[in-house]
Amino acid sequence: MHLNQQQLLPLYEAMVLIRRAEERLSRLFGDGEVPGFLHLSIGQEAVPVGICAALQAMDTVASTHRGHGHALAKGVNLDGFFAEILGREEGLCRGRGGSIHVADLRVGMLGANGIVGGGLPIALGSALAHQVRRTGGVSVAFFGDGAMAEGVLHECLNLASLWKLPLIFACENNGWSEFSPLDRQFAAQLGALGNAFGIPAVQVDGSDVEAVCSEATRIVAVARRGDGPQILECKTFRWRGHYEGDPQKYRDAGDLADARSRDPLAVSGARLEAMGIPADRIRTLERAVEARIETAVASARLGREPDYAAAAADVYTQVAGGAHG
Amino acid sequence: MAETRYGMAINRALADAMQADSSVVLFGEDVAAPGGPFAVTRGLLAKFGPERVRDTPISEATIAGAAVGAAMGGLKPVVEIMFMDFMTLAMDALVNQAAKAHFMFGGQCSVPMVVRTPHGGGLNAGPQHSQCLEAWFAHVPGLKVVVPSNPADAYALLRAAIADPDPVVFVENKTLYSAKGELAEVPQPVAIGDARIAQNGSDVTIVTYGASVAAALKSAASFAADGISVEVIDLRSIQPWDERAVLESVAKTRRLIVAHEAVTAFGVGAEIAARISELAFGELAAPVLRVGADFMPIPFARKLERACLPGEADITAAVRRSLDWKPNTRITP
Repeated sequence: MHLNQQQLLPLYEAMVLIRRAEERLSRLFGDGEVPGFLHLSIGQEAVPVGICAALQAMDTVASTHRGHGHALAKGVNLDGFFAEILGREEGLCRGRGGSIHVADLRVGMLGANGIVGGGLPIALGSALAHQVRRTGGVSVAFFGDGAMAEGVLHECLNLASLWKLPLIFACENNGWSEFSPLDRQFAAQLGALGNAFGIPAVQVDGSDVEAVCSEATRIVAVARRGDGPQILECKTFRWRGHYEGDPQKYRDAGDLADARSRDPLAVSGARLEAMGIPADRIRTLERAVEARIETAVASARLGREPDYAAAAADVYTQVAGGAHG
Repeated sequence: MAETRYGMAINRALADAMQADSSVVLFGEDVAAPGGPFAVTRGLLAKFGPERVRDTPISEATIAGAAVGAAMGGLKPVVEIMFMDFMTLAMDALVNQAAKAHFMFGGQCSVPMVVRTPHGGGLNAGPQHSQCLEAWFAHVPGLKVVVPSNPADAYALLRAAIADPDPVVFVENKTLYSAKGELAEVPQPVAIGDARIAQNGSDVTIVTYGASVAAALKSAASFAADGISVEVIDLRSIQPWDERAVLESVAKTRRLIVAHEAVTAFGVGAEIAARISELAFGELAAPVLRVGADFMPIPFARKLERACLPGEADITAAVRRSLDWKPNTRITP
């Protein structure tokens, strides 16, 4: 199914935002402005954008260590996003989480996660809350192929099916579990595994945002009307290393070239061109995104160092009139 | 006042909390239709229905992880892990997710969840069904840990745990489920972190919690005949623990014993001993002494288990050592 121009343009713009934001982060990291680890999802932008386009504001997503795309696609505040990754008080998490823990509960983004598979049961619990509270919402568990070998995925498939939870298992299968290829990590097929638990599974081209969005829209509607969990396996490509600075010696040149040959921006860009959108309109859109990013970076650089006393006071929830030891 | 049992007090606390707040939900292994492995949740499915009271498969990691997501989504989940030994399977959700979400996300959300779990030996349940692992959780910033010793405290602390905005590990002792005690028609609330003076005394202080409170009280009674006055503090909460209550007692008695069923090494007693020594070294007339289980897996056979677990006699011996302690002596291990 193809989208029309009005539908595809915002998705393209959302993918450009993720691509340019991560490219900017890569440069900031190289310049020593981003502390810690940085895991980029360049090449995978169509998955979060296509899925989040099928969601409503009340819907929730739990993410992974490679979670910038999920956060931006779900609509987290861009200034807060950059401020967080640069370790500033103005960050979404006040500089306490960083890249691997970006969260914005206001838009239903329940957090990137430093533990492979860690977001799965959290998304399941969020789906339970939607079901019990009858919010009409659905929950999405983003996970990579690396999480397929985690026991908690198998537990979650089982429980989500037993309880018919409004939960989407959204697998970003980029073929690499950190430094190892999928065929040395996982002996099964995700679709067959899901079917064993009675969960319908579909595979899509994760480089084609229209394909992702179409399938996501269909299965989100199924989950939302109470017909239980769904699996969407998106075949995608990781262009960068597991983390920035990863020399990727475990990966041959052909594999990297294959990855780059399926560029979600090129796929959708060609579609827009075929629709007759002028190239300069696309370029204007891209420039506007880049300007927003530069504003966010500048604002983050001006941000304050995080407040240690405030952090110490937040180990537990501060209750008015109460005191903790 | 009416007499009830520890397990029934927990059951009533769950029912009252669910009655008062429709966001409280219960799930865990065999908690709904079977009524709980120790019958603690009996009747709650009938009272509150299958939406709010749910049996889960045997999937501890997902039980705990789902509680985190449910709590972030507006519910107040109370989940059960059938034996504290099985908490090993739920560690990621508790240690990396529940404990950190409030802090790590800059205070955007809280995680109001309770994990109920029974600890303790005495049932010859063997090495994987008898452990007291509360110190592990007390060690993790962001978690709270409570261990009630009697029905009234079990009721009040469970209500406090469910009302608390942060994740609470609520530890029940298996041997206490049938223990009797008074529970008022309108029970008094207890704040997490407040200790209770179980017995007033002036010569030596025993700080303890859970099932060891009863052993400490028996030991204290045995000293009364000799004119030795023993104060017993029931800590009730391990994280946070009531430092002020212990300091006030030590200021009076100058002698402190910490007694618990958990393995002594690296335990709650070690933390309290270190802290009190740091703060009140000059007030102490003797070193702080610890009583706990020997450093071995809890064995199965009756004779072995009895020898491993601490009891009244071990507490009494520690009190004696404290009273008899002389400067410039070394205690033989």
